[in-house]
Amino acid sequence: MTAHASVRLQVDGQPVEVPEGASVAAAVARVAPTRFRDSVHGAPRAPLCGMGVCFECRVRIDGRVQLRACMVPVREGMQVDTHG
Amino acid sequence: MNGYDLIVVGAGIVGACCADEAAAAGLRVAIVEPATVGGGATACAMGHLVAMDDDPAELALARLSLQAWEAFSELPEAEFSRCGTLWVAASADEAAGIAARVARINASGGEAHALDAQQLREVEPALAPDLCAGMLAPREAVVYPPRMAQHLVRRACARGAALHRRAVQRLGRGGAVLDDGSVLRGPVLVATGCALPRLLPQLPLRPRKGHLVITDRYPGQLRHQVLELGYADSAHGSDGSSVAFNVQPRPTGQVLVGSSREFDVDDAAVSPPMLARMLQRAFRFMPALRELQAIRAWTGFRPATPDGRPYLGAVPGHADLWVAAGHEGLGVTTAPGSARLLLDLILGRTPAIDPAPYAPSRVLP
Repeated sequence: MTAHASVRLQVDGQPVEVPEGASVAAAVARVAPTRFRDSVHGAPRAPLCGMGVCFECRVRIDGRVQLRACMVPVREGMQVDTHG
Repeated sequence: MNGYDLIVVGAGIVGACCADEAAAAGLRVAIVEPATVGGGATACAMGHLVAMDDDPAELALARLSLQAWEAFSELPEAEFSRCGTLWVAASADEAAGIAARVARINASGGEAHALDAQQLREVEPALAPDLCAGMLAPREAVVYPPRMAQHLVRRACARGAALHRRAVQRLGRGGAVLDDGSVLRGPVLVATGCALPRLLPQLPLRPRKGHLVITDRYPGQLRHQVLELGYADSAHGSDGSSVAFNVQPRPTGQVLVGSSREFDVDDAAVSPPMLARMLQRAFRFMPALRELQAIRAWTGFRPATPDGRPYLGAVPGHADLWVAAGHEGLGVTTAPGSARLLLDLILGRTPAIDPAPYAPSRVLP
């Protein structure tokens, strides 16, 4: 067993700590397991495929919009905004 | 026997405008369209309402049409968005030509202003910093063409037009024969775009393929429809293939990215090399596009005549046979003016603009 280093980031302003190599989607799930983003018509959305195909998990990361949370590994100090 | 005052064959934006204009004039109208209304080139188009100033005849038709489009500026189905057209210069030569273009557009009854490098950056911050000059036509707009075609057909039908969901098999004496063998009697107006040669093979027409890409929603990224001033060289050149920078902000915040032109390609599939060439051109003018997520790419075919002008008027050698087709990339802009001119000719009214440059007889011996 190897112990994974932890990475600290912020999701919607809340600090969260997840293992290195985790996806941003995993970090979001830890902070707000039942709330992800809203569709343009206000319906709740969440990761579906987890492999970059469905585009349901798009978030803003460090100011860049429309990034797929399931495809981006966490980095120390990241600012994630689920309603960006 | 079915008897009509006008049988409009084809319900793209051009046929839809003609049917609407004819029904509004009190004619008994038939519309013949076997496929989706507005589902051909109309559905593939950008929907940019723009006056191109390099051909006086085209400018006159565009001006007449843009006035007519104003009547739809508040119509929900039009999705009319007055984003304006911003032309940008990629070279000193193009910049030097701006003053003359501004003068031509203003003289035609339009509105255009020259912009220096600083003004260019103020009105469209995402453009490449080395672009030195531009021209803004602030009254121009974009619409959603297929929905508009459907609205016009519905409006014509509300005024009594009959929509026949069949194909025209052939043009007969005094009417059209449909593919179920039925006959519609009356004057015929052919508005079938790229399918024109099937009914009127004597009028030369070539499909000219184009690609478009649409991005996800990035509100605020782009404010105007932006084209390079060299666009007309690509549009009017007869090269086998060309690309030109042409981007549009959709009201949703999505960015529509064009444009490409190819003759002699039958395959409607997206061509990755052509797409890459088109996007490289767009990145040169707007580097920020590289960061955006594209969600869909598609192609369409523009109906191109040898001189780039549409065929509008009587088909020589045939009584009661009219044509409105061959608008290439300007069919959405010039559909209302085309319809007005056709109905002027059909009804014997004084034409709103000189019809000679569009007369189909120009390409016949």
